Amino acid sequence: MEATVVRTGTEGKTWGGGSKSPLKASYGKMMMWFFITSDALTFSAFLAAYGFSRFKFIDSWPIADEVFNHFPFLHGVDAPMYYVALMTFILIFSSVTMVLAVDAGHKMQKGKVTTYMFLTIIGGLIFVGSQAWEWKNFISGTYGAVETKGGNIIQFVDAEGERLALADVAEILPEERVLHERKNGLWYTADGEPLPSYSIDEVKKGFASHEDMLIRIQKLDENGAKTILSREESLDMINNHAMRVVEGANLSRNEYGPPLFADFFFFITGFHGFHVFTGVIINIIIFFNVILGTYEKRKSYEMVEKVGLYWHFVDLVWVFVFTFFYLV
Amino acid sequence: MAHIASHNDNSATKRIWSVFIILSIVTIVEVILGIIKPAFLIDTTFIYMKLLNWIFIILTLYKAYYITWAFMHMEHETKGLRRAVVWTAVFLVSYLIFILLTEGDYIYEVYKNGHVAWNF
Repeated sequence: MEATVVRTGTEGKTWGGGSKSPLKASYGKMMMWFFITSDALTFSAFLAAYGFSRFKFIDSWPIADEVFNHFPFLHGVDAPMYYVALMTFILIFSSVTMVLAVDAGHKMQKGKVTTYMFLTIIGGLIFVGSQAWEWKNFISGTYGAVETKGGNIIQFVDAEGERLALADVAEILPEERVLHERKNGLWYTADGEPLPSYSIDEVKKGFASHEDMLIRIQKLDENGAKTILSREESLDMINNHAMRVVEGANLSRNEYGPPLFADFFFFITGFHGFHVFTGVIINIIIFFNVILGTYEKRKSYEMVEKVGLYWHFVDLVWVFVFTFFYLV
Repeated sequence: MAHIASHNDNSATKRIWSVFIILSIVTIVEVILGIIKPAFLIDTTFIYMKLLNWIFIILTLYKAYYITWAFMHMEHETKGLRRAVVWTAVFLVSYLIFILLTEGDYIYEVYKNGHVAWNF
């Protein structure tokens, strides 16, 4: 072995591969830090791109409080922010149990490391589950809306300005709608989009017959609320500009506002959720290693510390996502 | 990590819990401000942004500082590692934000004042 090593004359010096580590950090820990830096730049790019799109539509961006206002077991109750605040607490708390595991690792207390790692994994799983529930609500939508020819979203309100669901507006017409399928048309076209619950004609008819209903457009007024049109303007808007019924959200359109809003929601929270998911998997692997006594044999729990860095980073990113998606 | 292990057993744990309390209080303040949205914080703008949003961003950076320094033990790393990680991110991200937000605002002006109708 000795003979194959190239001598550089810097043996024993820190950067010459001596016994001291550069920056007094072990290889694994330093590389985890550099990975985190690069991952932080990826998330920053996502969030900055979100900011870009938001500044582009600064006077018509959806209001987060109106979109994310669900809470489990409270149906139809307007509960803005409470659920994401709860999710934030779950994640911060799982960060605390993680750092307690790291701390117990420094003291070589196997039992405590096991318990705290287990709690961290549970916290992570609850968080991923909560995010799935949030996605479910976002995708299925609450009220439904109508898209105009220009690609704008218009929503329905009653005389008091309370949101109305499509079911309250539409009037069932004796018409037959058929889902376009490839086998019944041109073979090279894809199947049509799934039919919405109501056709655009049913919504138009229903809106015309309810005298007190108004339309709310995306543009924000000087108080930062969505502009509500007068009855005449509303009728003009729905009769001359309405194009299709939109329910829920997907990558090409959503009932909340510009398509980019849903796109960024899916990409940013999805990318973060993916990190939480991988974090949970890595935590589980380390958890079993702790139980098997791997680190006891190595006489060092540094591996717990490294996975801890990743886990705290996931929490750190969520703090920023929480601010820029839900608060600002 | 010898210097941490040599610490008195309780001081590290105490620090963890005090940081947890700080993070919780800041989050609760953020949520309360987000729900009541005090009128004077919304009406006052400072450098193109509502005062409320400035508060949110500053509180977020405050939380980020505690997570990185206390939970990720950045305070125990060498100055070199700290700067390599933090300064890289801070400078690149500020540049990215500046460039993208300026550009986003420019496009907004074009949509608003341009002669082409975008909303038809």
